[in-house]
Amino acid sequence: MEVINNIFVIIRDVIAVMLGFFLPPTLVEAIIAVLVISVFLGFMTVNVMMQVWAERKTIAYMQDRFGPNRVGPFGLMQSVADAVKLLTKEDIIPTHADKWVFRLGPIIVVSTALMVYGVMPFGDGMVIADLNIGILFAISIASIGTIGFLMSGWSSNNKYALLGAMRAVAQMVSYEIPLVLSIIGVVMLVGSLQMSEIVKAQSGLWFVIWQPLGFVIFFIAGLAEINRTPFDMVEADSEIVAGYFIEYSGMRFAVFYLAEYMSAFASAAIAVTLFFGGWQGPLLPPYIWFLLKVWLIFFVMIWIRATLPRVRVDQLMGFAWKVLIPLALLNIFLTGAILQPWYQGLVQGLAK
Amino acid sequence: MSELILASKNSALDAKIDTERITLNVGPQHPSTHGVLRVILTLDGEIVIDAEVVLGYLHRGFEKLCEEGTYTQNISLTDRLDYFNSMNNNWAYVKAVEMMMDIEVPERAEYLRVIMSELQRIVSHLACTGFFVSDLGAAHTPLLYAFREREEILDLFEMVCGARMTYNYFRIGGLANDIHDGWIPRLKAFLQRLPSKIDELEALITGNEVILARAKGVGVLSPEMAISFSTAGPVIRASGVPFDLRRDVPYSLYPRFDFKVITGKNGDIFDRYYVRVQEMRESIRIIEQALEQLPDGPIRIPFPLNVRPPAGEALSRIEGPKGEMGFYIVSDGTSISPYRVHQRPPCFIHLGVLRDLVIGWKVADVIATLASLDPIMGEVDR
Amino acid sequence: MKSECALASPHVDIDIDAISAKISDSITRVVRGAPPAVYIRLDRLLEVCRFLKETAELEFNYLSNLTAVDYLDRMEVVYHLYSISRKHAVTLKVEVDRERASVPSVTGIWRGADFQEREVYDLLGVTFVGHPNLKRILLYDEFVGHPLRKDFALPKD
Repeated sequence: MEVINNIFVIIRDVIAVMLGFFLPPTLVEAIIAVLVISVFLGFMTVNVMMQVWAERKTIAYMQDRFGPNRVGPFGLMQSVADAVKLLTKEDIIPTHADKWVFRLGPIIVVSTALMVYGVMPFGDGMVIADLNIGILFAISIASIGTIGFLMSGWSSNNKYALLGAMRAVAQMVSYEIPLVLSIIGVVMLVGSLQMSEIVKAQSGLWFVIWQPLGFVIFFIAGLAEINRTPFDMVEADSEIVAGYFIEYSGMRFAVFYLAEYMSAFASAAIAVTLFFGGWQGPLLPPYIWFLLKVWLIFFVMIWIRATLPRVRVDQLMGFAWKVLIPLALLNIFLTGAILQPWYQGLVQGLAK
Repeated sequence: MSELILASKNSALDAKIDTERITLNVGPQHPSTHGVLRVILTLDGEIVIDAEVVLGYLHRGFEKLCEEGTYTQNISLTDRLDYFNSMNNNWAYVKAVEMMMDIEVPERAEYLRVIMSELQRIVSHLACTGFFVSDLGAAHTPLLYAFREREEILDLFEMVCGARMTYNYFRIGGLANDIHDGWIPRLKAFLQRLPSKIDELEALITGNEVILARAKGVGVLSPEMAISFSTAGPVIRASGVPFDLRRDVPYSLYPRFDFKVITGKNGDIFDRYYVRVQEMRESIRIIEQALEQLPDGPIRIPFPLNVRPPAGEALSRIEGPKGEMGFYIVSDGTSISPYRVHQRPPCFIHLGVLRDLVIGWKVADVIATLASLDPIMGEVDR
Repeated sequence: MKSECALASPHVDIDIDAISAKISDSITRVVRGAPPAVYIRLDRLLEVCRFLKETAELEFNYLSNLTAVDYLDRMEVVYHLYSISRKHAVTLKVEVDRERASVPSVTGIWRGADFQEREVYDLLGVTFVGHPNLKRILLYDEFVGHPLRKDFALPKD
């Protein structure tokens, strides 16, 4: 059981030891890092394909349709076929685009989306870099993606793209504040920013019990941060067609798609780490538990997408500033109150 | 001192940030312009300063074509106008010809015409509701719910005339052919299911917080404006004007049926949606009454293929799903083709009000308002 | 949502003689029928329209339809008016010269005339004086001619 639970860690260590026989330690470390990152990359790509397939299939069943069912069993290979098609399509750069910025935009968007996974604990020890400021790193890296959106929207030289980019900046800057504020409650309870510490602190009760308001704010702000319905203002296909990536085609378009779904998964993964006990759970191996929980949260996102239309841009901003931020501040205040010694004493006194 | 502070505050407000207006060309290639409508928006940020509707991308010269075809041939052209409303187009056209020639249509045919017309109204309202919510940004769930029901009605239409969109079912003096035996039971079974399906659709939309936030109080059309702009149908009724030709200018057998004229209060997008949903329920009632009363008999009076109406003119007015629609036909008395055919196009006239409704609102509201006016470009451009 | 019974208020026929007596100097001809058609003198069109809209017992507040017909010797602009409150209808007609077809615009009275007048201008070449934005609406700006005129030759291909 112990072996299965830690299988990936053990494999990594075995490879490291074997390489250590004939290579200097620094080189071994570098090779191991590259290996781990490649495995993560491969996993994330396949995972995104599964996400796309799952989203299409789930929404289809919610709408009395079948969804993709031609390529492979249950249409499972549909995403693969789509990916292959997108990667082999012509890469068009508009004549009047700012070419270098246009090329850089998707790279920044996808690399920031990927870097968030650098601190994500998939299991005990199953983390690329267990930074002591893990959650801060994840949030701050995720916000850099905004610059990528702005760059792509601006450089496309298209008014729809510009509107989309402006919306992206306004929306993401606004929603980062409630997002971070909602996390502070958890950080206050744990006393650490390290992801693994936060998970371990939830071995008893999940923080969603202690921080229900915090979780709700985090989830809503997270939806806005990753541009999912009902906050998909940035893409808003019925208004501004596709927003910032309207001019992109082929591989660059696919990269945006990849980044979008990776961010959605990352947002769900952070929610699980902070509020749902991360990888912890009985019987099943930790990485299975972690993925199970993340997929459940992602399913809720799909569900919301199939149900709700989009809010308007001013309502979206108003919601962040007038509702979420005050609530998040209230949450911090309440968390602070229950951490006070006199409150603890009161609770203990009442228990007696 | 306080005055000084006040003055400095005011000047800070007056010193507007220098923003550049942008002209946004929405359409003719755009996911939510219902075909090939083009709206040129002048924007200050996201706020609409001016909107100009540009039409004609689907213009096929319908009225000119009608002058070339015979009276009977033109019926099939009317199918292509508002393609969600072909039965009513057919009806309005043949009604104008019948008015000119003073023809009495057999009773059974009139009943079937009413049934087809009301079924078509349900189809049109379903499609409009579905598209409306999709344009608000839903992932097409309400649209597919609506289209599921629409499919069943299209199957019924296919059973009577063999076509799903372009029916060409009405004839001068009656209908092309009678319904067959299995049709009425199937229609009755469908009518039994439909109210619960409409409830299902409403459950997704009517109480939805996001829809209420987007649709309440947006795109408000005052009753005076609604009348002045010649709007009709659900659009004028949502503004609280109880104008329904089925009741006000009774035609066909409508005086025999008991139905309500649904009106809204605020004239906003939500009322236009809600009036449509309620009207579907009224249509079901009308069809049920018509089915009860449906007599046996001929469905067409014997009639030559080509007709020469006496010199003169006629304007038919019927209540289509989009509003008052009709055909103004002029005959010179000698030819088998009409001298002049003009359609009164509700969709076209509704687009005239769009500019006044959207100025000062956001880009997203333009799309929502447009969808609530329910323009079908086949009829707008003709 | 309020609603009204279906058969409460049937259609009313208009007393055309009483109206034509009041504006007899503006009328050239009356054709009886349902609805009756009244030929109006071109120079009195706006006056008559205002009279019909603003007189309390007439209250023609709804321009149901606006079109024109080319009769080769003349052009007829046709206005189908309706009163939503009084539930009666009348047809107004104005005869104009084909070559210098020019009619005062009624957009100031019924704003719904805007698009319809543009359409008539576009397809039949009737100029509406006083229209705020008179340009082609269905055809493209570079189009030559007005296709619904009877002497318009369809291009042969």
